[in-house]
Amino acid sequence: MAMQFYASPEQIMRDRSELARKGIARGRSAVVLSYSGGVLFVAENLSSTLHKVSEIYDRIGFAAVGRYNEFENLRRAGVRMADLNGLSYDRRDVTGLALANAYAQTLGAIFTEQSKPFEVEICVAEVGATPQDDALYRLTYDGSVNDEPGRMAMGGQADAIAGSLKSQHRPDMSLGEAVRLALAALSSVGGEGGAARTIAANQLEVAVLDRRRVGRTFRRITGAALTTLLDADADTDATNGSTSTEERPEHPATPTEEAKKPTTSAGSADLEGQQADDTPEA
Amino acid sequence: MFTNAGTSSFTTFLSRAAPEMLPGRRPLPPGMAADLAPHATTIVAISAAGGVVMAGDRRATMGNLIAQRDIEKVHPADAYSLVGIAGTAGIGIELMRLFQVELEHYEKIEGAMLSLDGKANRLASMIRGNLGAAMQGLAVIPLFAGFDLAASDPARAGRIFSFDVTGGPYEETGYDAIGSGSIFARSALKKRFRAGLSIDDAARLAVEALYDAADDDTATGGPDLTRRIYPVVMTATAEGTHRLTDAETAAVAEAVVAGRMENPGG
Repeated sequence: MAMQFYASPEQIMRDRSELARKGIARGRSAVVLSYSGGVLFVAENLSSTLHKVSEIYDRIGFAAVGRYNEFENLRRAGVRMADLNGLSYDRRDVTGLALANAYAQTLGAIFTEQSKPFEVEICVAEVGATPQDDALYRLTYDGSVNDEPGRMAMGGQADAIAGSLKSQHRPDMSLGEAVRLALAALSSVGGEGGAARTIAANQLEVAVLDRRRVGRTFRRITGAALTTLLDADADTDATNGSTSTEERPEHPATPTEEAKKPTTSAGSADLEGQQADDTPEA
Repeated sequence: MFTNAGTSSFTTFLSRAAPEMLPGRRPLPPGMAADLAPHATTIVAISAAGGVVMAGDRRATMGNLIAQRDIEKVHPADAYSLVGIAGTAGIGIELMRLFQVELEHYEKIEGAMLSLDGKANRLASMIRGNLGAAMQGLAVIPLFAGFDLAASDPARAGRIFSFDVTGGPYEETGYDAIGSGSIFARSALKKRFRAGLSIDDAARLAVEALYDAADDDTATGGPDLTRRIYPVVMTATAEGTHRLTDAETAAVAEAVVAGRMENPGG
């Protein structure tokens, strides 16, 4: 019979946290922030189909980093819960807070009960009538919830990215300003020796919850609309987000030589950007 | 409950998580229940160049009484399709809400919309689920129409599907009508329908057909000029679904009524 070794609960929790934090810090980052016209999601994502950012309900969006299969499972669960509540009560009764609480319970239970915690960090964002009414909830692998002040960064070197967001983010930014700020923050880390690098438009996944729309507010911004927004000279309005909905760039997911990222498997998101292994954890 | 890998279908999820919320799953006491609940009546759909038009009258009846004068029976099913309900109003509205969630749910889970035929098949299976209640007089028959994004010829992208109580679906060519006044509406459309109508002409034709249905069927309401209650007219085109504004339907309905002042038979 195998010998049973004693491990203190403290040690077990520490080991699980370390596993989850390492897994999350290995991936590429995502940024969520409020701007004048709504809530903006920007994630660095080489795939045009394996989304890190998605729609949950009319005014609620979802962004995640970490293992794709784990956060995809949580996303589906969120859509199911939101649709069930919306059908039982009314569409207005589906709130981001209820969803964040449900995610916190699920993640907390998985963290304490299962042998491996989920290596994910997620954001549940709800767009309000004004930027002050927006709610961004950060949910971490152990089930803790944080109400973020209008902006947040997750995954990879999240602390460094959050630092550069914090210094420049204003809730009254236009969509163009917000997208460029998010891109600048994402590309401020990860280059040679921790320097800034360039991220191409087709490696970004961008979506908004458009404050002014009624009904389903979630819109992806891709292709020409995104390129226009990234062009610093042409400061355009939030309506550009809805003009081009589904078109993707012609070469959507060409990995760059330095990225060394496999793009074939849905489960490989946790292997992203392995060159970042030696960087400090988020 | 929510986190099983499961399906992309909301009704399949409901049948496991909350079966009592599915209309077809409730045990019914024996006996006829046809006169217990209001009935929604006539809906017409016409395919036009570049889309489809659906219109419904505003009357719900309970036996010989008018249960509601301004019920809305034509609704968008999703961004490119329309659904109209005839039959038992309560179950019809519940079924339609469920169908709307079903389409939206699939779209969110899979990241892509169902094909138009896929939507019609889903609706057919939901109608089939209500067969037990239908046999006790609580039948619901929808009419489904939409713009087919996969159509090779945009002029023929407007498609119409009808159903029977056991499901269906049957694709209709050109036009169709359901509900108590459908015989008269369909007869009117048979004489007046031409392939390749413009959307505006199809909207006018739909209101004409509803007028003819109301002319001969007591359960169908005509344009109510005194209360300013007009048919609901919706279109589905490449730009998505659109409901004609009250002012637009008022103009169409008043033109139809004015025409009938000259010639009551249309």
